[in-house]
Amino acid sequence: MVDVHSDVLIGMPPAEVGEVDLYHPRSWWTKYVFSQDAKIIAVQYSVTAMAIGMVALVLSWLMRLQLGFPGVFSFIDANQYLQFITMHGMIMVIYLLTALFLGGFGNYLIPLMVGARDMVFPYANMLSYWIYLLAVLVLVATFFVPGGPTGAGWTLYPPQSVLSGTPGQEAGIVLMLLSLILFIIGFTMGGLNYVVTVLQARTRGMTLMRMPLTVWGIFTATVMALLAFPALFVAAVMMLFDRLLGTSFFMPSLVEMGQQMKYGGGSPLLFQHLFWFFGHPEVYIVALPAFGIVSDLISTHARKNIFGYRMMVWAIVGIGALSFVVWAHHMYVSGMNPKFGFFFATTTLIIAVPTAIKVYNWVLTLWRGDIHLTTPMLFALAFIITFVNGGLTGLFLGNVVVDVPLSDTMFVVAHFHMVMGVAPIMVVFGAIYHWYPKVTGRMLDETLGRIHFWVTFLGAYAVFFPMHYLGLLGMPRRYHDIGETAFIPASAHDLNAFMSVAALVVGAAQLVFVFNLIWSLSRGKEAGGNPWGATTLEWQTPETPPAHGNWGKELPVVYRWAYDYSVPGAIRDFIPQNEPPNRFEPQGAHS
Amino acid sequence: MSAIVLFMAGIAAIAGWWLSQQRLGAKPWLEEGALGEFRGGSASPLPAAKLGLGVFLAVVGSLFALFISAYLMRMESIDWRALPVPRVLWFNTAVLIVSSGALQSAVIAARRDDADRVLLGLLAGAVAAVVFLIGQLLAWQQLNAAGYFLAANPANAFFYLITAVHGLHLLGGLVVLGRTTVRAWRGVATPRLRLSVELCAMYWHFLLLVWLVLLVLLTGWADDFAAICRQLLS
Repeated sequence: MVDVHSDVLIGMPPAEVGEVDLYHPRSWWTKYVFSQDAKIIAVQYSVTAMAIGMVALVLSWLMRLQLGFPGVFSFIDANQYLQFITMHGMIMVIYLLTALFLGGFGNYLIPLMVGARDMVFPYANMLSYWIYLLAVLVLVATFFVPGGPTGAGWTLYPPQSVLSGTPGQEAGIVLMLLSLILFIIGFTMGGLNYVVTVLQARTRGMTLMRMPLTVWGIFTATVMALLAFPALFVAAVMMLFDRLLGTSFFMPSLVEMGQQMKYGGGSPLLFQHLFWFFGHPEVYIVALPAFGIVSDLISTHARKNIFGYRMMVWAIVGIGALSFVVWAHHMYVSGMNPKFGFFFATTTLIIAVPTAIKVYNWVLTLWRGDIHLTTPMLFALAFIITFVNGGLTGLFLGNVVVDVPLSDTMFVVAHFHMVMGVAPIMVVFGAIYHWYPKVTGRMLDETLGRIHFWVTFLGAYAVFFPMHYLGLLGMPRRYHDIGETAFIPASAHDLNAFMSVAALVVGAAQLVFVFNLIWSLSRGKEAGGNPWGATTLEWQTPETPPAHGNWGKELPVVYRWAYDYSVPGAIRDFIPQNEPPNRFEPQGAHS
Repeated sequence: MSAIVLFMAGIAAIAGWWLSQQRLGAKPWLEEGALGEFRGGSASPLPAAKLGLGVFLAVVGSLFALFISAYLMRMESIDWRALPVPRVLWFNTAVLIVSSGALQSAVIAARRDDADRVLLGLLAGAVAAVVFLIGQLLAWQQLNAAGYFLAANPANAFFYLITAVHGLHLLGGLVVLGRTTVRAWRGVATPRLRLSVELCAMYWHFLLLVWLVLLVLLTGWADDFAAICRQLLS
């Protein structure tokens, strides 16, 4: 075997990736707090994102209490309800999902999966986290300033976000915009790292087409985020000018409380274009890492190679490119040239093609696989179901004629929660159950995991599935109190109460998860290096959890793609990426 | 939004060209063995810092393309009153070109391993960039003195905003250029400086290009072009 090994190494080009000079921390502070190690930064990102996510979860509870039992909770008034909506949306989309997928999973998995020692610019990577934390703190501060956080909705549409009728008009909106600007600056520092690390620091043998789909997903999403976030940055800066310096980029001439305001001529539509030029790619910035991660979870836990790897890569790239030319489908109700509506409806529906390819490939990967119903797998399966559900209602809403009547109803709320709320969160949970053993060296408790899964999955369906029906009835969204209306039957109110109870239960079930995370840290079963029998490089590190520098003395060499599961004739049902080929094996066994 | 869509099309073309070199049609499940047996798809031979700066410039480019998009959309409205262009902008443009040229001469000197010329180029570039920034402030002052206040008209607001964003980018570049100059001053060997000098020059050329585009836009030379674009879209 040793001979074969050296035989393979002949003809290997000299290391194209020079050994990096690693930064070596000298004190506890630089090792665990101001760390430049991507793995520590990843944990910092994840913990911060989940902590602020818990705030958003509590806000959703408060909203559901009001919707389910209007008038019972006197401490929730209309202004607060709007503030809860705004902060819930903003936190979940940007400060939780974007930060967790790219800052958390990206930082942990990219260097390990491509066989690098660390990110290429560790110092910028560290700054990225601390600026993100600052952005989160500024966001949290809005809860405590006079007037409270902004209640303009997560889209922050002007002119209402700047007018005095909207809660949080004094300080809330200013801090919100500042927080977003900080977030974007911090993200750009991290994002440059993720992209350049994938391009430049891959180990020998790791061609692009041998990268796990997780890396493809995170890489493409990062490129999109780097190009799309500037749109939010521009919108936020210009709105700050309008709010603080009295310019009229977005603000039309208005009469407020009988007084002519100093603004004039600005274009609220301009803001909408800028916002959605960021906002639509943002959906895929969250979805693409989820697509990638779920592909790896399904392949690993079904012990089968991913079906149509090439098609999966092309679909990720295709979705990434297409997502930049669909933004105006969020603006059908803002009024536009019918030709534009037709164009954007068409591009929106075309995105369904690569997305459907991915769904078929996941299902075909499962077909006749050796499916292990572990907790990560359960979450991955739940993702497919939820994502198909949310994707199908997306086809409804992508059409102008269907979107216009449904746009301001609960149907839209149900759609986007299914497709970019519940579905990516399922992947987040699956991924945490999957990679926790690598991060900590211990398994998460399986029983608690199953309880967490079933309550979360069934509960989320109990909340959002009936919401489609409420939307079709015409129940409007963003309303603090529907009151007595002829077209909404009494049964709809009962349904609302049921959904609220379900939401409370789902929220409480997350405590089981948090308990599991903390408890397993010291009491969990020892995981060993590769508990799932996975092929990708992060499971082949010499130590678990991986030490600083990841790979000991020598970088791994990659000899095969990431999905050699259940290869006929192989001894085990997986072959790690860094295992040299066995020349005695009959040729063609892999085809 | 025509400017940003055009910019994105450019980025997509570059990305598509790059991806076409990466053997995305490979069948990795059939390709077992060491890298040497399969061409293409290896890590980029560029230094990480250069690649990183390239990606960052794409981000900055996207930022300015979005500002330009917003400018073109907003200028359609009836309250738009174009600004007179302060004369000093022409001087500033010339100074920025000198600055960029000086850094280019530093790059050439660094390739020839000529330490004195490198230092001269860096210093000249930095001084010229500072002069440019002072000139921009002067332009602001002149406009303000003539009554073209920030909030008085969207054209004024855009002028101040866009020049400020461009100036801030240059200021950030000056920090890096300053550090490189100090290293050159202290006599760090030229081969070790070369990458830093090249990165500074690359950033400066990019900001010069952005400035020229902005100048065409802010002086109103692009109005006819913008009108044509608008007609195409409507």
